[in-house]
Amino acid sequence: MAGPINWLSQVVSVTKFGLLGIPQRRGSVAAAVIGIAGVVTVLVGVLSIAAGFRRAMAASGAADAAVVLRSGADSEMVSGLSRNSTRIIADAPGVARTPEGPLASAELFVIINLPKRSTGSDVNVPLRGVEAAAFRVHGQVKIVEGRTFEPGKDEVIVGLGAAREFAGLEVGRSLLVGRREWPVVGVFSAGGATAESEIWTDAPVLQAAYDRGDTFQSVYVRLDSPGAFTAFKDTMTTNPQLNVQVMRLSEYYASQSTAVTTLITTLGVLIAALMAVGAVFGALNTMYSSVSARTREIATLRALGFGSGAVVVSVMLESIALALGGGASGAGLAYFLFNGFHAATMNWQSFSQIAFAFAVTPQLLVLGVVLATAIGLIGGLLPAIRAARQPIAAALREL
Amino acid sequence: MRFFPLIWSNLLRKKMRTVLTLLSIVVAFVLFSYLSAIKHALSGGISLAGANRLIVRHKVSIIQLLPESYKARMARIPGVSLVTHQTWFGGIYQDPKNFFMQTPVVPEEFLEMLPEIVLAPEQKAAWLRTRIGAIVGRKTAERFHWKIGDKIPLLSSIWAKNDGTRTWEFEIVGIFDGRDKNTDTTPLYFRFDYFDEARRSGFGKGQVGWYTIRITDPARAAEIAKLVDAEFENSSAETKTEPEGAFVQAWVKQIGDIALITASIMGAVFFTILLVTGNTISQSVRERTGELGVLKAIGFTNGQVLALVLLESCLLAVLGGAIGLGIGKSLTALGDPTGSLLPMFFFPPGDLLEGLGGCLVLGLITGLFPALQAMRLRVAEALRRI
Repeated sequence: MAGPINWLSQVVSVTKFGLLGIPQRRGSVAAAVIGIAGVVTVLVGVLSIAAGFRRAMAASGAADAAVVLRSGADSEMVSGLSRNSTRIIADAPGVARTPEGPLASAELFVIINLPKRSTGSDVNVPLRGVEAAAFRVHGQVKIVEGRTFEPGKDEVIVGLGAAREFAGLEVGRSLLVGRREWPVVGVFSAGGATAESEIWTDAPVLQAAYDRGDTFQSVYVRLDSPGAFTAFKDTMTTNPQLNVQVMRLSEYYASQSTAVTTLITTLGVLIAALMAVGAVFGALNTMYSSVSARTREIATLRALGFGSGAVVVSVMLESIALALGGGASGAGLAYFLFNGFHAATMNWQSFSQIAFAFAVTPQLLVLGVVLATAIGLIGGLLPAIRAARQPIAAALREL
Repeated sequence: MRFFPLIWSNLLRKKMRTVLTLLSIVVAFVLFSYLSAIKHALSGGISLAGANRLIVRHKVSIIQLLPESYKARMARIPGVSLVTHQTWFGGIYQDPKNFFMQTPVVPEEFLEMLPEIVLAPEQKAAWLRTRIGAIVGRKTAERFHWKIGDKIPLLSSIWAKNDGTRTWEFEIVGIFDGRDKNTDTTPLYFRFDYFDEARRSGFGKGQVGWYTIRITDPARAAEIAKLVDAEFENSSAETKTEPEGAFVQAWVKQIGDIALITASIMGAVFFTILLVTGNTISQSVRERTGELGVLKAIGFTNGQVLALVLLESCLLAVLGGAIGLGIGKSLTALGDPTGSLLPMFFFPPGDLLEGLGGCLVLGLITGLFPALQAMRLRVAEALRRI
């Protein structure tokens, strides 16, 4: 019984030795801690971009919502549906119904050029022509300022994200579409969904402005229940009058975001991995100097009968403590710097802008701290072994 | 150079420490190479834009088409020497993940407009002979193992043919290379006459995506752009004309402020490396206080001592930087880490100099404080520590 306790008390006293010595080595300790904090900040920061983008996409796809596009179209941009098709789709079994009619919105999707506030250069902003049901199909759309557009009138409402990221979309200003001027009459929120990056108007207005005749590009529907999807899809794809593909809204948005999230995640992990390797060298350096500064102390302890295992464990503990300090401050820094940071980027599938907020999720914070611990472990291991292996007599002679 | 052995043996005093510091510098510069390549891959098109080329697109957005008849009207505008056009095809080869650009073009004027596309004369002749012929860049040809004579089916997400189907078949008649290293050799170009005749009537026939025009005098770009836009003012399809560089730059900026992001990461990395290296150097100078005192006692001037320490830190930084840049260059040469999202992924040679400059600056900054410390050392005090 005395063995383990004795061993533990050895570990405690050697670790205490190391930790109390930190103020004397504050230069190299600070370098290692800041190095690890930097790695964690960059990793968490970069990955929070991808997480935020994914979150915006996920907020857009309710489980009981679906989108219908022309068969073979990989985004709304290149899809096309006739009035006849959209009617068949809206009347299909499985589509939720309200006293005002089925919850199906036949829509048009185009882009217009507007200057981005942050850079001042022109970007492609999505402009969507919608039907009345859109407000209940694209998540929970609420007017937060002004009013909604009047059917048939040349008026637009803008999403919160669009109003924030792109210039000239304040209520009361006008949007220039070709030679037409469309007044902005309201701002809407959609629970963080991608609809918030868009400008909306009445579908027939957009048809006229873009010479689209009586055609649409997509139909968004809300189903009776998430389970009704398969039956709805089968009805659509087996109907000989239709040439369409049906996707759950969540799947559709996931497919739209793959390019951006793959790019950010691959590059972010690559950069963080390289930085982590650099930080391991920094940690090794610090721990080696920590051990070499204490050569005599450690040798004295060993001469007094302290075990080499206790020395190894305590050096590792010191290294991990430093790494955790760095990791936690890096994760905290990333949270304060990046969480909720608003940005807009291009969705490569539709060439249009999507506004979103960076999201530093708990998983990312944990990931950061785990990475820091790993750096501390690796950085502590070799110096710990060296400390334990030192021949006692030779080390003491340095006195 | 007489003192090189002295500097060298100082570095070797604690081999482990020197090696670890060196390795962290190496890693920093490998990272530098990657970030340069990423930045360049995302914004690279800008540098290769022709100064004498303007892009004309629909004023409302790039997705709206322009009449093909505009070509003749543009060609008549004074200062315009050549006009050609392209149209986004949106074709998918087997899987949407296999993305590369395809556009229909008018071969002769297109090749004249883009001299950076290098095509063998007999392949050009074959293209002019073959109606369904297409030329493809070396990179894409190698990616899918296409050879001349292969028939390639592409499923267009946008354009249907007269018979209602969307699968278009092209015959590869040529494989082009880039004149410059950063010429994009991923696109496939096919003939506009075939495209326009085969696409379903009522949907875009006689219309094109955007125009490229060549002007005789790059200095007059702004003026000619205004003339072009004025020509089509108040028509059903108004235009927006801008230099190719500005067009590409605006496109890149749609992704986000890449320069800012890479610069902030680089800043974080360099700050960290600065700390690590600076700390190591000052530690080793502190350990050598006595020796430096001896050097001064035997007649080394303050300047010489300063130079000794600075040279040591610069040597370490440049050595580590050169190794890092070398490794970075060969790693980035392995290709795009994302698969196919960054077609122009390579380490830009121009940034090599920038990197070497970075090494020197790193060496000077990290060495400066320890060097000043060493210079100010008083001989008597220093010797007392022995």
